[in-house]
Amino acid sequence: MTKPKIAIFDFGCCEGCQLQIVNLEEDLLDLVGLVDVVSWREAMTGHSDQYDIAIVEGSITREAEIERLKGIREKAKVLVALGACAHIGGVNCLKNFFGMDEVLEYVYGEGAKHFDTIPARPLSAVVAVDYAVPGCPIDRQEFLEVVKALLLGKKPPIPNYAVCVECRSKGNVCVFDKGMTCLGPVTRAGCGAICPTYGNKCEGCRGLVDDPNLDSHKEVLQERGLTVEQMLNSFRMFVGYSEVAK
Amino acid sequence: MRDGKIMPIRHMRIGVHYLTRVEGHGNIVVDLKDGGIKELRWEIPEAPRFFEAMVRGQSYADAPHITSRICGICSIGHTVASLQGIEAAIGVQPSEQTVLLRKLILHAETVQSHTLHVFYLAVPDFLGVNSVIPLASTHKEALLQAVRLHRLANEWSDLIGGRTTHPINMVVNGFTRLPTPDELRALRQRIMDTIPDLEAWVGIFKTLDIPDFERETEYLALQKGDEYAFYNGAIASTDGGTTPVPQYREKIKEFVVPYSTAKHTKAARESFMVGALARFNNNYEKLSPLARRAAEEMGLRPVCYNPFMNNVAQLVEVAHCFEDSVRIINELLAMGLKEEDRSVTIVGGTGVGATEVPRGLLIHEYTVDDRGTISGANFIIPTNMNHNNIERDLKALMPTIVDKSQEEITLALEMLVRAYDPCISCSAHLLNVEFV
Repeated sequence: MTKPKIAIFDFGCCEGCQLQIVNLEEDLLDLVGLVDVVSWREAMTGHSDQYDIAIVEGSITREAEIERLKGIREKAKVLVALGACAHIGGVNCLKNFFGMDEVLEYVYGEGAKHFDTIPARPLSAVVAVDYAVPGCPIDRQEFLEVVKALLLGKKPPIPNYAVCVECRSKGNVCVFDKGMTCLGPVTRAGCGAICPTYGNKCEGCRGLVDDPNLDSHKEVLQERGLTVEQMLNSFRMFVGYSEVAK
Repeated sequence: MRDGKIMPIRHMRIGVHYLTRVEGHGNIVVDLKDGGIKELRWEIPEAPRFFEAMVRGQSYADAPHITSRICGICSIGHTVASLQGIEAAIGVQPSEQTVLLRKLILHAETVQSHTLHVFYLAVPDFLGVNSVIPLASTHKEALLQAVRLHRLANEWSDLIGGRTTHPINMVVNGFTRLPTPDELRALRQRIMDTIPDLEAWVGIFKTLDIPDFERETEYLALQKGDEYAFYNGAIASTDGGTTPVPQYREKIKEFVVPYSTAKHTKAARESFMVGALARFNNNYEKLSPLARRAAEEMGLRPVCYNPFMNNVAQLVEVAHCFEDSVRIINELLAMGLKEEDRSVTIVGGTGVGATEVPRGLLIHEYTVDDRGTISGANFIIPTNMNHNNIERDLKALMPTIVDKSQEEITLALEMLVRAYDPCISCSAHLLNVEFV
C-alpha cells in the first residue's frame, strides 16, 4: 500500500495548532512513518503539489487567499480544517465588527492605503471542508484520532454534545455557581472541559454544537447581569462569524 | 574568490519564496549584477490580523486570552506582556507569588521555544538535511535528548499554565489554579534530571561549524538589578544607557519604509537586534553558573556581533532557565503557595507592559476606561524590531559569499534569517506593500 500524501498549509493564524502537531514529539515520529508528509513549510524544506490530504490552519483574511485555498481544495482529496481559525473563524473575526478601512487606519495610519484585508472567515465560507479538528489550540490527541480515522477511511469522531457534559463528569463546580459566566452549555465538547477544570470559563473556542439553544443561553447570560454588549462580546471572542454574535 | 582563482562576473537572481522552517511567511529576494548587489530584500507576505484594533471594546480581563492568540509559539510571553500592560493601566500590583509563577512559566516557554528552534528548525541546516525527520535514523540519541528537553518544557507549561499554548490559568492579578507543592517538587526533579541531555547538546554544538560573520550593531534587552532579566526591567542598550518601559517610544522608533513589507524600527543606530544574543550581550554577568559554563564551552563571549551565534545564545539561555527555575521553585516552596484574592478595583488609565519573550523584547500598551473596557492598544513585537537588522545583515553577508554556488548562497542567506528565529505570525504591524 502506498502511504497517503499529506500537506500542511496555513493562512491567517498564530500557527499554534501546527505547533501542537510538533508537540506530539515521539507520536509525531511514529505518525510520519505511516504517511508521507510532502509539504509543511513551518517544519521542513521542500514542497510537492501531489497530495491526498490537505490539513489547513488559519482563516481567510485577504482576497488573494481565496484563490490559494481553492487551488489547495482542487488538489486534495480530503481537506481538514485545523483549529478554530480554520474551523469557525476564531479570534480573527473580532476584526469584522469594525469597518475594514477603520482597522487598517487604526493599525497602519497613513500606510493603510497599501493593504487589503477582508472580513475574516472560516475555510468553509470559501470551499467545501470535509472535516475539522476544533479548538484554540487543537487538542493533540484529538488530532491523532482524526488522522487515524482518515487513514482507516473512517469518519473522524468529533463529539456533538456540550462542554457541560464533560465538565460535570469531571465533578467541577459549575462556572455559573462561582459567579462567572460560561459558554459551556452551547459549545462543542472534546476538550475535556479543560478551561473550567483549570478554574476559568469556557470561551467557546471549539464552536457551537449543531443545535445550540442560543435564545435560552442568551437569556441566562443576561439574567447573570451581562449587558447585551458584554453578552455579544462573550460570543465574539471565538464564534464571531456565526449569527449569534451579530 | 575561491581556490585562489578569480571568479567570473556574476549575474544571479535568487528568490526564496516562503522561507521554510520559520514561524510565519517570509521571502528573500536577491538580485546580483556584475558581482554587486542590485537588490536584496527580506519580504514579509504574512497576513496582518489587526489585534490592536480588535481588542478595543473588549474587557480588560479578556485581553490576555485574546492577545495570546497573536502567536502560537510565544503565547505565554504575549499573555505576560498583556497582563503587565493591563495591570499597569488599571492600577494593580500582582503579588510576589504571582510574579514568581509568571517567571517560572516564562522560563518554560523560553526553553520550549529555544529547543524547538535550535533542535527542530536550525540544526537540520548544520547537519545538511531538510528537516528534523531524517535525524530520527542518523542522530537518534541526540534527537531523543532534544525531544526530552522539548517535552519537559511543554509539560512544565502545562503544569503552571494549564496548557502549553494559550495558557488558561494566567489571569489579571493571579492564577486560577496553583500547582501543588508535590507537583513543583516533581518538576524540579525533572529539570535536574534533564540537565545531562542539555549538556550533551552543548557538546554537539561545540563541533558544529557556525558561520564566521560579524556586523556591529546595537543590542536591546531588559535589564533589572542582578537578574538576567526576562519578566520585566528597563530597556538597556549595548551602546549604553537604559530607558524606563513607559517611555519606550523615546527609545524605539517605528517607521515605514516604502520597499518593505513590515514596519521597521531603530534606536540609536540605523538598526538594532533583540533576542537571546541581545540579552546575552547586555546581561552576560547575570547568567547562572551552568549557563556561563555552557557559553564558555561553545565559545560565546560578550559582546558578540555574529548573528549566527544567536542559536548558541539560545542554548545558553536554556541552561540559565533550568537553574533559575530550580531557584524559583525553591523560593515558592519556602513561601508556601496560597490561594489569593484576585479581585481588582479598576482605575482607568494607560499602562505599558514589557517582557523578554524567546525572540526578544515584547511591548503591550493598553488604555482602559473606568468600566474596564479597552479603548486603545499598541503592541511592538520582537521579530518586527529585528526585520531591519536582518536585512542589513543579509546585505553585509552577501559580498562575503558572492563567489559561492547559488545553492550555497541560498543556504547561507536562509541560515542567517533562521538564526534570528523570526516569528512572523506575531507581527501585528506587518505591512503588505507591493513593489518592484
